[in-house]
Amino acid sequence: MKCQKCNKSATFHITDLTGDGVLALHLCSDCAKHYLQPETESIEAPEITGVLSQQLKLEQTAEDLQTLDARECPICGISFYEFRQAGRLGCPHDYVFFGDELEPLLVSVHGSNEHTGKHPVRGAYDAQSQTELIRLRSEMKQAVSREDYEKAQSIRDQIRAIEGHRRQSPNEPS
Amino acid sequence: MHIDDLASRSGEWLRGVGPQSDIVMSSRIRLARNLADFPFIRRCNDIDRANIDSTVRERLSKDEILKDLTFIDVATLANLDRQFLVERQLISREHANSDGARAVAIDGEEQCSLMVNEEDHLRIQVMKSGFDLDGAWDHINDLDDRIESQLTYAFHEKMGYLTACPTNVGTGMRVSVLVHLPALVITNQIERVFRSLQKINLAVRGLYGEGTQAMGDFYQISNQITLGKSEKDLINQVGEVVPVVIDYERKARKFLIEEDQNELFDQVSRAYGMLQTARRISSEETMYLLSRVRMGINLGLIGDLQIPKINELFIQTQPAHLQKIRQAPLSTDERNVERANFLHQHLKVSDN
Ligand SMILES: [Zn+2]
Ligand SMILES: [Zn+2]
Repeated sequence: MKCQKCNKSATFHITDLTGDGVLALHLCSDCAKHYLQPETESIEAPEITGVLSQQLKLEQTAEDLQTLDARECPICGISFYEFRQAGRLGCPHDYVFFGDELEPLLVSVHGSNEHTGKHPVRGAYDAQSQTELIRLRSEMKQAVSREDYEKAQSIRDQIRAIEGHRRQSPNEPS
Repeated sequence: MHIDDLASRSGEWLRGVGPQSDIVMSSRIRLARNLADFPFIRRCNDIDRANIDSTVRERLSKDEILKDLTFIDVATLANLDRQFLVERQLISREHANSDGARAVAIDGEEQCSLMVNEEDHLRIQVMKSGFDLDGAWDHINDLDDRIESQLTYAFHEKMGYLTACPTNVGTGMRVSVLVHLPALVITNQIERVFRSLQKINLAVRGLYGEGTQAMGDFYQISNQITLGKSEKDLINQVGEVVPVVIDYERKARKFLIEEDQNELFDQVSRAYGMLQTARRISSEETMYLLSRVRMGINLGLIGDLQIPKINELFIQTQPAHLQKIRQAPLSTDERNVERANFLHQHLKVSDN
């Protein structure tokens, strides 16, 4: 019998459990070795959490890191610790709020920290009303969970006012 | 449009047409986008997610092209249907398996899909059959403009489109080309090709994101970097390397024929025969054999089968597709029997 991956004769007969049942493989010794010990070298993009922890190890003392970890975004409430554990940010403002830490990270991942591609055709919200909406929504959630409906109502009116202003003047440069 | 209607069709990326379609299955571009006025998914509660979902639906219905997209509520979809959409590459595995309000909007040709509440609020994707990155870019750029005229994206002057993970920030763009490389696998050159691509910052994955032991010898070549280069530059980076890989694959095929055409013919014919006559067969083995047959057709070693037919079999023998086509939930064992039946029916010698 010939090896299924190359032309040499198959000396290994492997049965493997896969997601879809039993897979029978007939392989030569070289291919079998390769099959049983797949490349350990990762072909995935560098995990963001790994790159970040290496960067912090180089640049921060343990004390500095503790202070940094405790910093929380005033808009969405994510802590730096949560970000570096999960590798995911909490809101657009984090790019500004954690900017000093993110900049070297972006450079080591992308080789750059400056966007040179497409821009939205319309102006974006100005940075302030953008974060204001996220902040108001989270305040409203808190008000609702305290059953402070009067407060929630007034926050909702503020949200509507900002959204309404934006919708009436969609092409206004920001 | 109903999900069940999709099962009998092959979808855009398996049509087997377009430039270099003997080796390039499909060209795909996706853009990650977030709404400016919501936190990223990680900090969203159920209400936020539901709000994003309904805002997107409501706004897109105002655009004359986007209003024709079909929204599918992924959260309430049966497990099997979610798996089915993953097999068709209309949603990611993560999107299928996560929690909370989420949706996907697709067009009738299955060229475009828009995931709502994946890792980012929006993941826009366009697929074209064959090697057609320019076509994919023109299409997705237009969709992006249309969506942006209805919704405000999170965007920063210096850092570009803001994404939940910093690895996607800037353009938010992932360009990937799905190639079929059986001869490079047979001649043991595939690892070498991978390493040279990694050196120029390109990633290589299997059809459904797996590593080097890719199913059916299908590989996706894609960019890693999203920031600091324009969309056109990123497309060119992938677009310039694909013809080189195609050339390697063609050379490896030529080598196999010149070295021992009878041996290759034997392998291809055996694979074809196994598919026609097996009584039970796993999806891995099916992919493996279909890959050989596909190459055999392209090399003129099999004359009575067409590429679109083989492409269809690749998708229709996947676990969820098989169950959708048979309209019954099947255990692994039952699937292996049904799969063999299905192949037997579709590859009958008397068909020709
Ligand atoms: Zn071998
Ligand atoms: Zn934040």
